[in-house]
Amino acid sequence: MKSKDLIRFAASAIAAHPMRSALTSLGVVIGVAAVVMMTSIGLGAQQRVMSAISGLGSNLIIVSPAASRSGFAAQAAGSDISITGADAEAIAKQVEGVAAVAPTVRGQAQLASEGTNWNSRIEGVTPDYLVARDLTIGQGRMFDEREARQGRTVAVIGTTVARELFGDADPVGKRIRVGSSPFQVVGVLTSKGQSGFGQDQDDIVLGPLPAVRSRVVGRRVKGDTVQTIYIKAASEDDLSRVQEDATTLLRERHRIREGEDDDFQAQNMASILQASQAATATFTILLAAVAAVSLVVGGVGIMNIMLVAVTERTREIGLRMAVGAKRSDILIQFALESVALSLAGGILGLLIGIGGALLIAQLGSWPMAIPSWAAPLSLGFSMAVGLVFGAYPSWQASRLDPIEALRRE
Amino acid sequence: MIEVRDLKKTYQMGDETVAALAGVSLSFPRGSYLAITGPSGSGKSTLMNILGGLDRPTSGQYLFEDEDVSHLDDDGLAHFRNQRIGFVFQSFQLLPRYSALQNVELPMVYAGIEVKERRERAAEMLAKVGLADRRHHRPTQMSGGQQQRVAIARSLANHPDLLLADEPTGALDSSTGKDVMALFEQLNSDGLTVILVTHDANVAARARRRVGFRDGLIVSDEGAKS
Repeated sequence: MKSKDLIRFAASAIAAHPMRSALTSLGVVIGVAAVVMMTSIGLGAQQRVMSAISGLGSNLIIVSPAASRSGFAAQAAGSDISITGADAEAIAKQVEGVAAVAPTVRGQAQLASEGTNWNSRIEGVTPDYLVARDLTIGQGRMFDEREARQGRTVAVIGTTVARELFGDADPVGKRIRVGSSPFQVVGVLTSKGQSGFGQDQDDIVLGPLPAVRSRVVGRRVKGDTVQTIYIKAASEDDLSRVQEDATTLLRERHRIREGEDDDFQAQNMASILQASQAATATFTILLAAVAAVSLVVGGVGIMNIMLVAVTERTREIGLRMAVGAKRSDILIQFALESVALSLAGGILGLLIGIGGALLIAQLGSWPMAIPSWAAPLSLGFSMAVGLVFGAYPSWQASRLDPIEALRRE
Repeated sequence: MIEVRDLKKTYQMGDETVAALAGVSLSFPRGSYLAITGPSGSGKSTLMNILGGLDRPTSGQYLFEDEDVSHLDDDGLAHFRNQRIGFVFQSFQLLPRYSALQNVELPMVYAGIEVKERRERAAEMLAKVGLADRRHHRPTQMSGGQQQRVAIARSLANHPDLLLADEPTGALDSSTGKDVMALFEQLNSDGLTVILVTHDANVAARARRRVGFRDGLIVSDEGAKS
């Protein structure tokens, strides 16, 4: 008995009932297609979130005001601003292993220049902001510490702002109006493109913190307060220690007693990444459960039809045994049939799944990434399903008594 | 020489023990042409199944050219059937999906013979039974007589030592039945050992030796013993 003969037997049995074979495989087709589609979309979403998070800058700790409680009503985070530029300076001086500390205020402002205008995000920052956020200057220069302290009205703009206000002209040295205050453009940021969250990262104006606070966002941000302090640790190893030290320092400075909640929150990128990875893991387990259920359903369908086939072909089995088929030959023939049905379903399901994911990505502009393990895993799984659910019918076929089998009508 | 000694086969039917064979001894040399006759339930089919290696006796011995067949395991019996025995059934037992050629190839597939050789031999066997021009027909496209001749070609595929035919003409009209019988006689005269099981007296009369069965025992044995 040669294996290619066994394959030929299985193929001819499947081809003898094309419609039935197709319907038998359908369960596996749907199962595999669903899994491939869902994982592709899930992985795409995950990559989008990852790139969004890493796009914020590496080794970054973000300190923002905590939601304060007044009575029982929790208020939105940042509604009672509690962190200050002085906090940022203290961190820069007293915490070791810090590469940059950037206190920031921000607002939305109408920009105008030579008759055109544009609405953009404006951030009041210190020069260290570029280091903290992994930004670079494409043209001109960044304003320096002295200009910032002196409250000079200079600005660095993103490429989107440059294009909208100046077209192809060089914006460096030009004057723009931010809200009602005139600022002089000294530099243009290197383009960063769209962020993972879908935001245009080049649609931004950076100004010195004091000037922006007093002239643009003054009413909302009082005194020395800031909305965010970005802290960049010198290395990944320093990240969690810097975060701890900064937290301790801020608690001291804010006179928060033992046992009391922080009035700020410090998050680092690693912990955000971890949280999103945990969410992904949950999602993956959920998918695996769905996959398992749909494959079991598909497998039961295959088992059902294989049992019918064994009953229908009892005489064939008897005849094969009479002319010299061993029990193992019969077992392998039926197991191969079952695996072939399931594997064909798996291949078709994989193609439909990839096609469906591409279609959804096209129509919904949703990011999609087909995981590299999709093909081997779904084919492996469908083969295993065929083996597991074909085992019992095949074993039954192989245990038939040839005399009884030949007599069956 | 093929020989069975004191062959017994019993079945348990509820509380009762039924003896299909109650002690049968029979021997015949190569090239014999036997007809086994008897009413249904007389044990002739049971003997056929044991001779063909489809069944094992409860007790007794079956010696096939000095090989003790009664002690072979399932795989051993499968190999024995494949190499030594050719079966011809009343209902032909052809696989409807396969062409005449593929049906004849089947025993050779289980013998592990290469495709090319198998095709040639199957075509040769079909020519031998007069169906050279029907090799790509399916059983449903052939008459009963043609189907039985395909089945005979299949039984000859692995050059068996013993051809067992169970009511081979039972499903055929008398003239095609005669053709099939003539084919058996020709095969026998070429040296093949043939055993027919039948309750048709006319068919049995053509065999050189006739063994009669009743209630699991041999009750008559007529004709040439060698």
